[in-house]
Amino acid sequence: MEIALVLGVPLAGAMVLAAFGQRSWAPEVNALASLGTLIAAALLTGRVIADGPMTALNEQVFVDPFNVFLVALTAFVAFTTALFSRPYMRTEEHHKRVNSARLRLYHSMYQLFSFTMLLTLLSNNVGMLWVAMEGATLSTVLLVSLYRTPASLEAAWKYFILCSVGIAQALFGTILLYFAAEKVLGPGGNALLWTHLHEVRGELEPTVLSLAFVFLLVGYGTKVGLVPLHNWLPDAHAEGPTPISAVLSGLLLNVALYAVVRSKVLVDGALERNFSGGLMMGFGLLSVVVAAFFLSRQKDIKRMFAYSSIEHMGIMTFAFGMGGPVAAFAGLLHMTVHSLTKSAIFFTVGHATQASGTQDMASIRGLIQQSPTIGWGLALGTLAILGMPPFGVFTSEFMILTTAMRQHAWATPFLLLALGVAFAAIFGKVQPMVFGETTAQRLTHPPALVPVFVHLAIVLLLGLYIPPYLVDWYRQAAAFIG
Amino acid sequence: MALSLSSQIVNLLAALLLLLAFAMLAQRRVLTLIKLFAWQGAALALSTAIVAHATGQTHLYFSAGLTLALKVILIPWLLHRLIDQLNVRWDIEMLINIPTTMLTGIGVAIFAFSLAAPISQMASTVTRSTLGIALASVLLSFLMMIVRRKAVPQVIGFLSMENGLFFAATSATYGMPLVVELGVALDVLVGTFIFGIFFFHIREQFDSLDIRHMEKLKED
Repeated sequence: MEIALVLGVPLAGAMVLAAFGQRSWAPEVNALASLGTLIAAALLTGRVIADGPMTALNEQVFVDPFNVFLVALTAFVAFTTALFSRPYMRTEEHHKRVNSARLRLYHSMYQLFSFTMLLTLLSNNVGMLWVAMEGATLSTVLLVSLYRTPASLEAAWKYFILCSVGIAQALFGTILLYFAAEKVLGPGGNALLWTHLHEVRGELEPTVLSLAFVFLLVGYGTKVGLVPLHNWLPDAHAEGPTPISAVLSGLLLNVALYAVVRSKVLVDGALERNFSGGLMMGFGLLSVVVAAFFLSRQKDIKRMFAYSSIEHMGIMTFAFGMGGPVAAFAGLLHMTVHSLTKSAIFFTVGHATQASGTQDMASIRGLIQQSPTIGWGLALGTLAILGMPPFGVFTSEFMILTTAMRQHAWATPFLLLALGVAFAAIFGKVQPMVFGETTAQRLTHPPALVPVFVHLAIVLLLGLYIPPYLVDWYRQAAAFIG
Repeated sequence: MALSLSSQIVNLLAALLLLLAFAMLAQRRVLTLIKLFAWQGAALALSTAIVAHATGQTHLYFSAGLTLALKVILIPWLLHRLIDQLNVRWDIEMLINIPTTMLTGIGVAIFAFSLAAPISQMASTVTRSTLGIALASVLLSFLMMIVRRKAVPQVIGFLSMENGLFFAATSATYGMPLVVELGVALDVLVGTFIFGIFFFHIREQFDSLDIRHMEKLKED
């Protein structure tokens, strides 16, 4: 019942907004639908905590500690982003960057995007997971090109082509997985159900599964933004509307990584050696290092934080690749804090670029002078994402580093170097933007800064004290995937 | 006996599929490319129907019908309308180096066969020997997307990659569960529509469908 609500509310919202998305009250309906999804997700979480894992709709969807945690996070960030998008998109309309037809497209696709992400998370059928993931690409591609500028069209085309090709590789991986599963489970729908696959994972053919994992990792890894498959990510983040950058960075990348981790659990069961873990650690480490060195060369503020997302996704991929309860716990925690912090940063960046009229970092100056909340929001968010204590990102990165030192000492210097380079690059660029003399204009619609500080407060709280029920929850999920 | 005859026909169609993939790789004219794509879809639909007949898997008939409706009729028709409206019907792409591309393609096909060899030995289906061909046509379409500089041929490359994937699904496993095939087909259809919308936006902005104009977003 709760599952049907979680999926039904955004779908209904998409339909309503497809008809009325250009009206003046559409942003409120958008936020309301996201609030409904959040409430449904909270009910679902309560139900899972009370009753444990469950399946529904003829076993096509399922909930366990791992995905319910991501469902709650996705619904929450989708709601706060909808709150942020209200004044943001009104200002964009005021600046004549979007017209009413495009606003209708925007609102309807926003809800459809939430729906496809939640469907990806909840789907028990590995094939449907693929379909929903491709649906998430399809629903965002026209949003990336919403402004119809040459640069945004180029970014959207790149996003579409690269992600479609990448995800086609994942479909081949899924076919190979089905091929291996069919021998054990027999033909028919059951052989693609994750819960059934998980039961028989020890009997699946190892050669086929290792090949399948390579294709799945390359396919879903393209959407995670792993180097060298990351080319679409900075462009799509920089050229689309900022609320979309926030949900792409904060949510879609997590959902794609979730698909990779789900595949890893199956492959690890079938293989003796740690084949999948090694691959993920390699890709993760490469992404961290390459992204860190690209950071210092960026001029566009949204591009810079997009590269920072690649870096953090690399850290998570590395953590899940190491495996074990501590690393998996840290990976899940990092997923949470990164998605909260990065979306908060994009909220402030969105308002800052609107106030300054540019995304060029050299032209953004003195944000604190013009609006203390925007300035401090960006400064604190940046400190949090760079892993300064006492924010939660520090906790998770510390856990990942200490585990790496114990288990894979060779990787630690690379990680430390990359974190240091990233710190120098981002801090050096954000500091002059926040302080100094300003040229920024006052915004026509009062900015929505409550979401920013709510996110940062949660991240701060997670750094100081993780509530026991949350620890239990992470532990259960970590035991499941570790 | 029926089984061996049908498996021979499927092998023949598989060879045809691979040949068409090579032909598309070398084809410069947009119009001919769409025709080749439709033929590839027809070969795929026919081979799916024959596998369905030989094995009695009724849901494969449905899959064959879906391929016929979508890949042989609807999508080529849409593409024809698009190239008419965009006035690129007689476009010829000048910049591809055909001999090098073909040689690379042969290398790709050999790689695909050697990759698929250990897996096809494990398959119990009548069509197992064709898994290598399926993988080869997927990778050849991938190659085609890399070497093409115009938007329409790139999209045809993407669609033909989907053909190869469907062929892999029938040849290795007698097809995916129906709900998944329907979902994939829906994604492909919606994707084609969005590509169509994109063509117009790109034309409006750049006055051309040449994606060399769209290489401005680079790291400097």
